[in-house]
Amino acid sequence: MPIIIDKLQYVYSPQTAYEKHALKDINLVINDGEFIGLIGHTGSGKSTLIQHLNGLLRATGGTIYFNGQDIYEKDFSMKYLRSKVGLVFQYPEHQLFETTVYRDVSFGPKNLGLDQLEVDVRAYEAIRMVGLGEEMVDVSPFELSGGQKRRVAIAGVLAMKPEVLILDEPTAGLDPKGRDEILEQINKLHKGSGITIILVSHSMEDVAKYADKLVVMNNGGIAFYDTPHKVFEHYKELEQMGLAAPQVTYVMHELKDRGIPVKTSATTVEEAREEILRILKK
Amino acid sequence: MIRDITIGQYYPADSLIHKLDPRVKLVGTIVYIIALFVIDSYIGYLLAALALLAVIRLSKVPVKFILRGLKPIIAILLFTLVFNLLFTQGDPVFKAGIITITKQGIRLCITMAIRLVLLIIGSSLMTFTTTPNHLTDGLESLMGPLKKVKVPVHEISMMMSIALRFIPILMEETDKIMKAQTARGADFETGGLVKKAKGLIPLLVPLFVSAFRRANDLAMAMEARCYRGGEGRTKMKPLKYTGRDMVSYLVLAVFFAGIIVLNHVDLLMF
Repeated sequence: MPIIIDKLQYVYSPQTAYEKHALKDINLVINDGEFIGLIGHTGSGKSTLIQHLNGLLRATGGTIYFNGQDIYEKDFSMKYLRSKVGLVFQYPEHQLFETTVYRDVSFGPKNLGLDQLEVDVRAYEAIRMVGLGEEMVDVSPFELSGGQKRRVAIAGVLAMKPEVLILDEPTAGLDPKGRDEILEQINKLHKGSGITIILVSHSMEDVAKYADKLVVMNNGGIAFYDTPHKVFEHYKELEQMGLAAPQVTYVMHELKDRGIPVKTSATTVEEAREEILRILKK
Repeated sequence: MIRDITIGQYYPADSLIHKLDPRVKLVGTIVYIIALFVIDSYIGYLLAALALLAVIRLSKVPVKFILRGLKPIIAILLFTLVFNLLFTQGDPVFKAGIITITKQGIRLCITMAIRLVLLIIGSSLMTFTTTPNHLTDGLESLMGPLKKVKVPVHEISMMMSIALRFIPILMEETDKIMKAQTARGADFETGGLVKKAKGLIPLLVPLFVSAFRRANDLAMAMEARCYRGGEGRTKMKPLKYTGRDMVSYLVLAVFFAGIIVLNHVDLLMF
């Protein structure tokens, strides 16, 4: 189910002293099964954009087509949209409220009006998908560690079986191990069930490693929309937007500047290694 | 949704009123409220309304913005007015069944309406033009003499400024949690009272948890910076009266005197 964003605009607090144009004429097509990395510095409109994708914010101009349907049409059900487009907010563990992990995860599917069996199946499946053990099911989510809490919260969204999963900085505040585990799990999910992933991140390394395509936002508009290789070629412009390229890209550029004839397109450590080995073998 | 409430909000602008010492604005508001209850003639209300209009003009806060703050209290206002209109004893001018409307009732109804509207606009104008920090600074300074009778003035004002500071934070948090739960299919709008109340659990539990977490963090941060109460504490920007503050006090005194004088030269009474 492709998502087509057509001239989307959003203004915060119109006609007050706090008026702010958060989104300016956004055009974007997100195809099925893509892994999209969404980057941009703080205040560039990333969070505002993703909230539109499942109808939490209503655009002040333009529209979004989900599976060919205009989501702002009168008879379009936002509840349906929210069951298809799952959104995991920043620090999602702050939304936990139930007495046990199982009950919290089943909150979403219950709201969809599914029968008890289906709710159970989905909840257990989601808990397993995020890599939590069966023994966690009846524990209070407030007793868990930060990383585990976050998994529970992500499971809570996964249990709704979305076709598009949006994650707003899912690794913020986690240690390197927890970060890698969560990203690996997301990647596995993407490969395994083929759902579309939109990953908002501040880590260029992470998006370079996992995303098929990158959306770079700046000042409420889209600056670049291309593959990571192509986007990171513009590393000088990215720097002006308060962003950067992955560190290995800088290493490759530095190598080239010092007269080693490497290609500078590498964005992950593996690619860089292969490229350097290729040159060395010559 | 919650952002529509404008009472108690600060409206940033560069105006004479914004620059006034918070103590002047606090005293001014109190005097204005007293004046509203002292006034005994329509011409007095006219003066009060004109004075308020002048202050609004000077403050550069859009009238539309101020009126929007009145919306949530319209119900209370109407309720008060209807009660005053129907249940005031006096000379009847209209009678239908058990309903009796009296001359005094109409009069009370009109004055009450003017009073309440002016009171709300007047006091909200203070918060529109004064940052919460300034406001509590002003309060602390005005309540200073109470320290002599062992009132913990500094602690009270610190608590107030923390509470005020937390309102927008908690509002934002509420907004965020609401969105997060809505994304999981929660419904805060439809259903009967019981269902609605139950629907609030996914909102309130995380909100309480977060409020405690923030309070804990703040206490830690204050202690880490050696906060230990008001004893011997100095201010980076102590409040200082300037010429325009004195002029404002003078204008205020003239206004109040004018109100009292008008009470005695009554022209437009019923």
